[in-house]
Amino acid sequence: MTWEVVIGLETHVQLATCSKIFSGASTRFGALANTQASPVDLALPGVLPTLNRGAVECALRFGLSVGGKIAEKSVFARKNYFYPDLPKGYQISQFDLPIVEGGHIDIVAGQGEECHEKRVRLTRAHLEEDAGKSLHEDIHGKTGIDLNRAGTPLLEIVSEPDMRSAEEAVAYAKALHALVRWIGICDGNMQEGSFRCDANVSVRRTGEPLGTRREIKNLNSFRYLKEAIEYEVKRQIEILEDGGVIQQATVLFDPATGETRTMRSKEDAHDYRYFPDPDLLPLAVARDWLEQTRMALPELPEAKRQRFIRDYGLSAYAAAMLTVTLETADYFEAALAAAGNNNANAKSCANWIMVDLAARLNREGLEIAQSPVSAAQLGGLVCRIADATISNAIGKKVFEALWLGDGENADAIIAAKGLRQITDTGVIEKLVEEVLSANAANVAEYKAGKEKAFHALVGQVMKAAKGKANPQQVHQLLKQRLEGGEK
Amino acid sequence: MIYASLSTLRAALAAKKISSVELARLFLDRIARMNARINAFITVDEEKTLAAATEADARLAAGNASPLTGIPLAQKDIFCAQGWRTTCASRMLENFIAPYDATVVTKLEREAGMVSLGKTNMDEFAMGSSNETSYFGAVKNPWDEARVPGGSSGGSAAAVAAGLTPVATGTDTGGSIRQPAALCGLTGVKPTYGIVSRYGMIAFASSLDQGGVIGRTAEDCALVLSAMAGFDEKDSTSLERPAEDYSRLMDAPFAGLTIGLPKEFFSEGCDAEVMTAVQAALAEYQKLGAKTVEVTLPNMRLSVPAYYVIAPAEASSNLSRFDGVRYGYRAPEYANLTEMYEKSRAQGFGAEVKRRILIGTYVLSHGYYDAYYLQAQRARRLIANDFAEAFKRCDVLLGPTSPGTAFALGEKRADPVEMYLSDIYTIAVNLAGLPALSLPCGFDAKGLPIGLQLIGNYFDEARVLAIAHVFQRATDWHTRHPACNL
Repeated sequence: MTWEVVIGLETHVQLATCSKIFSGASTRFGALANTQASPVDLALPGVLPTLNRGAVECALRFGLSVGGKIAEKSVFARKNYFYPDLPKGYQISQFDLPIVEGGHIDIVAGQGEECHEKRVRLTRAHLEEDAGKSLHEDIHGKTGIDLNRAGTPLLEIVSEPDMRSAEEAVAYAKALHALVRWIGICDGNMQEGSFRCDANVSVRRTGEPLGTRREIKNLNSFRYLKEAIEYEVKRQIEILEDGGVIQQATVLFDPATGETRTMRSKEDAHDYRYFPDPDLLPLAVARDWLEQTRMALPELPEAKRQRFIRDYGLSAYAAAMLTVTLETADYFEAALAAAGNNNANAKSCANWIMVDLAARLNREGLEIAQSPVSAAQLGGLVCRIADATISNAIGKKVFEALWLGDGENADAIIAAKGLRQITDTGVIEKLVEEVLSANAANVAEYKAGKEKAFHALVGQVMKAAKGKANPQQVHQLLKQRLEGGEK
Repeated sequence: MIYASLSTLRAALAAKKISSVELARLFLDRIARMNARINAFITVDEEKTLAAATEADARLAAGNASPLTGIPLAQKDIFCAQGWRTTCASRMLENFIAPYDATVVTKLEREAGMVSLGKTNMDEFAMGSSNETSYFGAVKNPWDEARVPGGSSGGSAAAVAAGLTPVATGTDTGGSIRQPAALCGLTGVKPTYGIVSRYGMIAFASSLDQGGVIGRTAEDCALVLSAMAGFDEKDSTSLERPAEDYSRLMDAPFAGLTIGLPKEFFSEGCDAEVMTAVQAALAEYQKLGAKTVEVTLPNMRLSVPAYYVIAPAEASSNLSRFDGVRYGYRAPEYANLTEMYEKSRAQGFGAEVKRRILIGTYVLSHGYYDAYYLQAQRARRLIANDFAEAFKRCDVLLGPTSPGTAFALGEKRADPVEMYLSDIYTIAVNLAGLPALSLPCGFDAKGLPIGLQLIGNYFDEARVLAIAHVFQRATDWHTRHPACNL
């Protein structure tokens, strides 16, 4: 008996606006409690919301990026419930008429033979405001309320139940995360809660109707998303195989235990008494505004990935890696322009960025935008390797020097440190002679059939040349000398 | 000076016959003597008033005064005024000091330089038609202290009628300016929805609430409305229109006016004495050269039921913020969060407010929303369409403001539906968002004032005020005062 897993995600994306969705207060993270709450955020008597145009524009950018339909008229509604960190006693959200309907996100999930592409359909995306925070750590035996976050603009993006495994869900979440950062509508900071997912999970026997779903709330890391879904799937299958039934519920994931626990069941679901907010007019998006927003969008990741493959001859893998963030893609194209645009340089730039630069950035905990080695500097380096001024191995030294700021560019470092490659056959032959006479034992071993001894000899020659000899020439001359016997 | 018009006060201030401080003291003294009886004011703060008057005098002396600078007014206690206790006549906000100004307060006081004498009593959260639901006690009608002044702006109306202030602000959700103006022998104007900013005006029913003025004459109301109205970016429902002088048509020729008489306003249900006075007023207009035409508002019968779905629905949500968490009343004892909410709201709100929260919560509930809320919205559209049809045939609609004159305190308190029906002629106007005013047109046998209602088309407040002004030039009903002086 095989089980099919069905997953849909609701993602809350915090929009990167300077001020809140319905007030002028700042959205900056980490300020002293309640210092970024205006009369509107505090829900003082008599205050009224006014819609932040910037937040709407973020929603438009998203809608256009995923091929969704932008509603000519969308409506803000009130979702009524009492909670101490919800100052008005209702959340302003969109219900019947969201700003974006439909659209899709393309994902690549799984590894090796399991690797596959998939299109996840989106149901809708709507604008809403965030609530404040209840501070449950003991404040003189009471609960504290911080309303700095109240009114922060969110875009809630709802997918269709199109994912069939935790891996697919994670791939979708990652692709969405990359996209919202790419189009500049979210900083993507998951620790600070800028991007959080609710996962609706159910299982069914293949071919049967959808099972009862349970919703896992507030997953703020890809790892928790994966672990929570895996746990939930395992548990649901166990219950069903034991002849039990799944109770619809909202659950929380506890990263410490790796388990989910019920927050509320269907019976205590709220009646939110949605109705259109009479304080806000229906939102109409003018065609001009929509067109301007469309024009201002950057080239999207998928289009860029395809172009990198087509125009630069990159592998699908490299193209995907270089289009993970807009910053990476921009860095790559700037480096390539500096190196000189051809397919060999493209491949070389891609390798340098994906291997050496990525490792170094990772080690220092830096983003590519903060890289001490500029794209122009890396391009200059690639250029000198391509024209054989230096070897790839010396290139690594130059890269390190650039990183440390030892020179303005690769040429300056090569000149200052005398790293220019030795290609003079006479010079290399002389070095070979010296090494052979000093390492009779290795020569004997090689002649006895030990291939390893040859590498030791190459190493000795390179060492004698301080790494600057052209490796192909060393290899060739050494081979000639050993195969050809005494001169 | 007590019953002087605003233009007389303005001239006296300009001629330095009296200072703003002297004028303020004059009214503060009357308030001190009479308020205990009338209960028109919830909060008076002489220090603040005199400080504002001193500032106004400085402006007058410096020559940068506006037409209203130095003239006293009373603010309905629904408008937040920085540093002033702002209660909405509720225990919930008994000790709430507003930390910011409503746009109306900014415009009238900070910009125009009017001097606030204090905050007037009202029905709790503006829910009522008699001013009896106030946590701070009922307001007495200066014409007969055993009777109600009307509501919800009853304190404002009583204060003007008793000569405790020359003019007062009010708000009108279903008749709350016009009905008390009628019951107190005053002129009260409710402008087109969206003309006066709602920012800082504590919300009852957001899609119906509109600020306005209660004064003695249309001229006075026009002056204050001109300073009070205008686009406000802090209110999304505020209309982006150029500023207007609502007095500008006062002296325009009257000829060629067509008055529409909605037959629903002249059928049964109205007190005979009220109807007689309204007919006499109509005859006066005809004498002045107006033509009349009968029109019909066939869906007007839906207005009270639609209103009592929509207004409570919005109120139930608007009043959710009064939860005892951040400000306002919190029950002294509770065992947990739910109990804190329940007790704070049970103790902080009065009976009428709770009734409307319950009705509103019910009509928005899952499974009832379509049958009540959506249906009421459809009715609302039909009512607005009726008015649009009527205005194709006339310039202004005329009828009674209220089906009766001031009723006795306690008379209708036991029967909410009977109370709700006292707004039968005013409510449809709010549902359609039209401008309307009430002006005095006579007295009944008991000596109680009768109000005449004029309803204009959208943005026609200047014209409606001018039509009222023409009547007030020809009659003297508006010049009569109750004999309530001590």
